[in-house]
Amino acid sequence: MLANILYITVLFLFLLSLMAIIYKRNLIKLVIALNIAESSVNLFFIVLAYKPESMAPIFTLAPAIEDLRMVLPAPQALILTNIVIGFATTALMLVLAVMTYGKNQTLDVRRLKGVEEHD
Amino acid sequence: MTEQIPIVIIVLPLIAAFLQPLMAFFSFKTRDAMIIALLLAVNVMLFYLIPPIALAGKTMYYTLGAADPRSFTPQGLDFPIRIVLKIDAFSLFTGIIVGIVTITTFLFSAGCVKNEESKKYFTTLFLLFTSGLLGMSFTNDLFNFFVFLEIASISGAALVAYDRRSKHSPYAAYKYILISTIATTFFLFGVALCYAQYGSFNIQYIHSVLKYSYLDKIALIFILLAMAMKAGAVPMHFWVPDTYSEAPAPVSAMLKVSGMVSLCAMFKFAFTLFGPSANGTGVNYQTLGWIIIVLGVLSMFIGVTMALIQHDVRRLMAFHAVSQTGYMLLGVGVGIAVMGGGESTAFKTFGKIAITGGIFHIMNNAFYKNLLFLTSGVMERRFGTRNLNSMIGMGHGDTLTTVVFMIGALAIAGIPPFNGFDSKLMIYESVYKFSPTLAIIAIFVSVMTLASFMKVFYSAFMGPGRDDLIVDKEPLTVTASTGLIVLAILIVAAGLFPGLVIDYIVQPAVEALTGIR
Repeated sequence: MLANILYITVLFLFLLSLMAIIYKRNLIKLVIALNIAESSVNLFFIVLAYKPESMAPIFTLAPAIEDLRMVLPAPQALILTNIVIGFATTALMLVLAVMTYGKNQTLDVRRLKGVEEHD
Repeated sequence: MTEQIPIVIIVLPLIAAFLQPLMAFFSFKTRDAMIIALLLAVNVMLFYLIPPIALAGKTMYYTLGAADPRSFTPQGLDFPIRIVLKIDAFSLFTGIIVGIVTITTFLFSAGCVKNEESKKYFTTLFLLFTSGLLGMSFTNDLFNFFVFLEIASISGAALVAYDRRSKHSPYAAYKYILISTIATTFFLFGVALCYAQYGSFNIQYIHSVLKYSYLDKIALIFILLAMAMKAGAVPMHFWVPDTYSEAPAPVSAMLKVSGMVSLCAMFKFAFTLFGPSANGTGVNYQTLGWIIIVLGVLSMFIGVTMALIQHDVRRLMAFHAVSQTGYMLLGVGVGIAVMGGGESTAFKTFGKIAITGGIFHIMNNAFYKNLLFLTSGVMERRFGTRNLNSMIGMGHGDTLTTVVFMIGALAIAGIPPFNGFDSKLMIYESVYKFSPTLAIIAIFVSVMTLASFMKVFYSAFMGPGRDDLIVDKEPLTVTASTGLIVLAILIVAAGLFPGLVIDYIVQPAVEALTGIR
């Protein structure tokens, strides 16, 4: 149980964000929900790569080959990419939410009613 | 020289996108000409790859950053550690669709988007979108696929909101980016589940060691669901009408292609990632096939019934986009289900034809849907509205638009001399042998498609010419007409000589996808 606490956290965060995406109606809160989902996936990658009592994967710090214990470098590079991508999507979504508010004076999806009532 | 082509195809639009601010030294005309030349070069390279790959039935690898890019594992290890691009006949097929649609859409938009200062952002985003879609078709690495998917989603959402005067476009773009981000997060979660077990992102490597455990089943659901969401299959189709109708016309055409590429990727993952591997473990094709068939029939039927009652020309076409996606899902789904049945004679007689029809329909649909979206852009510009009730008599002024709209409408309804007929006939025939009910539903949907396009044709193009209703009388520029004419010629040519297209492009793609010759 205690060994799996991190995986349980990942699952909890993912389900929490899904619940928020389904039940929240404010455009800004949806952005927050997506950020939580992203964080849960990032945390999942970190947990996968982590090995207890191991070193950062830096070539010059590498110990002798017999006690070589390093964390996996690939997932760390990947989540750095994912954090940057998440930043881009968050920024774009917030800009679009602000523009939506400017044109419709509301952020509530129930009052935005889709886009069918044009001209 | 040939071995460097795959990366050049992806990188050319990417570099050109970020060079746009520098290219402001030139006039808009020069910039447009340069980008058309660049997209033409991309197309030439794609077609240049057909003989050595599609016709010879070979697979080409490009390992990024390796001394010898052609080898799959350049370090001498027995697993790949670098990002690998894989160009087989199927990814080439996807790339060709993207290449042709991109150049025709750009020709149209170069003549149609107003030459103002913000046009350089349009061009930048358009080229980024192209680069993302080409990358999605070529990559063999799950995480790299995710990155290209995000490039395409972010630039696509920004393009949807390009027209800032429109009241609803920011909300439409918000919907698109919300759905895209949910889909990509699901996809990344599925990728993480694969990585947790096999320690690699390479599709081919994961497939060769696939255990098909419970985690793999969850990953399969996450990955295929994300792709179906991006393609707009029915339970996840609610964003399609809003986004496609609010985006500028060339952007709707590009979004449609992004849906087609996602659909191709979905089939690619179903076969080459989770399909039965060498040691015999993999997804049950019969179950998967029936799930895809159900998605397809629902998409076809719900899409077309919603389209019939629309008064907005763009929403009507967007619902048809959903309904046409159903045909591809139905064709390929029937093929997968027949493959899972285990009878090789049944697969040879009609299962393979069903898959070929479904894959061929992806190509045909990309062409005629693109043409229809572009003509709807002309209609919208003439009358200043998308409401069909306030359009009349466009056939008097715009002969070219009328003719190409007729070609597109007849092609989508599956009338003989056009390309929609060939692929739809292949789907009907093979699906009838599998299950007559499904074939009857498909034919019925086709009839309803014809009915709703007749409605558009009668209300917008027929009737007396009313000059007082027309807002913008400016005739189409030469470049915009060229884009429309090229697409119309392709539709008629593929309709008259379907055998050539199938032999050279589609059949090798199906063989590369299913692995059965």
